[in-house]
Amino acid sequence: MSAAAAPASVDDVAAGLRSAGYLPGESTALVAYLAARLGKPVLVEGPAGVGKTELAKALSAYLRRTLVRLQCYEGLDEAKALYEWNYRKQLLRIQAEADGAGWTTVQDDIFSEEFLLSRPLLQAISSPEPVVLLIDEIDKTDQEFEAMLLELLSDFQITIPELGRIAARTHPIVLLTSNNSRELTEALKRRCLYLWLDYPSAERELEIVRLHAPELPATVAARLVEVVGMVRELDLKKPPSIAESIDWARALLLLGAQDIDEATFRATLSIIVKHRTDLDVVAERVGVRLGAAAA
Amino acid sequence: MSIPRQLVGFADALRAEGVAIGTSELNDALAALGAVSWTQQARFREALAATLAKSPEDRRVFELVFERYFFRAVEGAALEQGVREGALGGTGDGEGQRIDEAALREQILEAIRDGDEAALRDLARLAIALFGRRGEGSGVLGVDVQRIRRALGLRADPGVLVKGEGAPAEPPLTREQLRTFEAQLRRELERMQIERTQALPPSRPLNELDRALPTGPLQDLAAVHRVVAQLKRRLATQGHQARGRRRHAHVDVRRTMRASLQTGGVPVELKYRPRRPRRPELFVLCDVSTSVTSASVFFLSVLHALHDTFRRMRSFVFVERISEVTDVFEHERSFKAVSDAISLDAGVADVSGYTDYGRVWSEFLAQVEDGLHPRATVIVLGDARTNGRDPRADVFAQIAERAGRTFWLNPEPRLYWNYGDSVIAAYEAYCEAYECWTTRQLEDFVRALTRPAFA
Repeated sequence: MSAAAAPASVDDVAAGLRSAGYLPGESTALVAYLAARLGKPVLVEGPAGVGKTELAKALSAYLRRTLVRLQCYEGLDEAKALYEWNYRKQLLRIQAEADGAGWTTVQDDIFSEEFLLSRPLLQAISSPEPVVLLIDEIDKTDQEFEAMLLELLSDFQITIPELGRIAARTHPIVLLTSNNSRELTEALKRRCLYLWLDYPSAERELEIVRLHAPELPATVAARLVEVVGMVRELDLKKPPSIAESIDWARALLLLGAQDIDEATFRATLSIIVKHRTDLDVVAERVGVRLGAAAA
Repeated sequence: MSIPRQLVGFADALRAEGVAIGTSELNDALAALGAVSWTQQARFREALAATLAKSPEDRRVFELVFERYFFRAVEGAALEQGVREGALGGTGDGEGQRIDEAALREQILEAIRDGDEAALRDLARLAIALFGRRGEGSGVLGVDVQRIRRALGLRADPGVLVKGEGAPAEPPLTREQLRTFEAQLRRELERMQIERTQALPPSRPLNELDRALPTGPLQDLAAVHRVVAQLKRRLATQGHQARGRRRHAHVDVRRTMRASLQTGGVPVELKYRPRRPRRPELFVLCDVSTSVTSASVFFLSVLHALHDTFRRMRSFVFVERISEVTDVFEHERSFKAVSDAISLDAGVADVSGYTDYGRVWSEFLAQVEDGLHPRATVIVLGDARTNGRDPRADVFAQIAERAGRTFWLNPEPRLYWNYGDSVIAAYEAYCEAYECWTTRQLEDFVRALTRPAFA
């Protein structure tokens, strides 16, 4: 896999992402372009399911770079994100050489790259080919972890006490995503470009649905987008995302639905609404409206 | 003026509105401007926004300041250079192209729907020429804007056009669309005013109303919910963090020995006892008396959010006496229904309308005595104003002793604590008390929880 050349203009990026199956908004394409040009990490925020992770995947497909993904969670530490010493191997090495070699040679030996287990972040910067690094759901980690990322994000290097500094051989494109469940630190934000992704406009969502479920009749797709828009306006625990619209479109396709009437809606409701209490609200408000419209 | 200088001026304007911008971000912004073409205003703006505005709130302020700053910069330059735009729409003798009102209205509607900014701007100028009684407006821009809008018969929502004959069914204008047109009108009016007076009006700071993201009470509720979800994670991992690496302190000797067989009896791989995740159990006491009326909506939304997140939780409201409202929250999803139910229900707990903390503690202890254990967390939401009654801090001490952790969220500014009949000092000895009446402070509270309190 050889990396494509850096994009020449914003329109190139937009077209490239499109060809990778992702329909970018104006600002999305622009920020992606800036990220590639300036080599700055991008912080992508927005509600769940608007395509933050998809953007990284599409970028890696378009630029023909490998995607290295670090999924964050509470309690993630550097041993799992950066590197870890392969201490079993070290122990065995010490045992194997226990008699002959002196202490200093063994010590020099066991702290070399051979005994280093590289985790996603180290992998991303030491890769000979430039990669796309996705740090997913950064808001799930602790502030301490964020602080650890700062060195990587601003200088693209990692300091390993025993080995010294490992600088990036190639410049990765870094995307950080956040569901905004916690304020990120100023220090982190300052190092990133910022992109806010929101639910798309009806026309763009229709385009997206048509792209992912091209066989779905146009009328059904339009109706689907309209209904999803209606559902989003209600006060729900978890409003349906783009991903769920696409799932719904595919389900309707499988069912061979020709129109979204009240019965179809009720039967497939659970695809777009995932909370029991939400189900009741939606069935009551939107279901009734659909029934009325059909009558 | 050069671009870097202009940009620094813009950053200063943003900083004046409370957006924190570092010098490094300005450098980024300059670099970003070097990478995009400037012929499209949208791209210029997006490039700046991506580097300078780092949250939805900042983005909102950015839009407003961008509009204001560059408008002023352009007009200022135009004044200096003596550039004028010719007046549009005939010379006042009524001949030439009589602008047809109905046609203009149609064109405006079309432009609004297409989102064509350039066309809108021209149409706004036409509309001003037609209705604005050139040069002799009311002098107040807002009034003129509304007058022209009404004269054009543009309205949001239901009837789009006030047309005499049966109007064809057109998609109604949204508020947002109408607002873009109003903004254009306002800008053109302002431009004309500047041309007339040959001076820039003094720049005003944004007012709070403009600055705030469009929110409703429901969105505030959402903010509270978000903070509470965070609170849950903090409570759940509490203690593990405090002890850092030592959290794996318990080696499972039996499993370690067994694993060591693989490596010839050398215990290369240590096996640990599994961590028992802490199941937080919450008891929340919420004051709903008249002295905390202003804070009670906030408190109830905190309660509501807590119930959404924690399963093992019991909540109580109290005035003079205590009453358990766990069921109400479990059966009702809508916040409004809950608060209605509680305001009715609280009547049971209310005899005189004055809080009696001493009595509340004794009743609470009697009701949940068996439920309190070292893994339980008690949170009190109240102002600790006893109305001169006995605070019974000794009973509160018993509660605090049995529960693992006890917190007090006080809706009054710290300045008023222990002033008048407030006796928070008596309770503070047994719990951690926080000032809390905004979501920001709630966030501070959650952050404070992560600090190792008893490491």
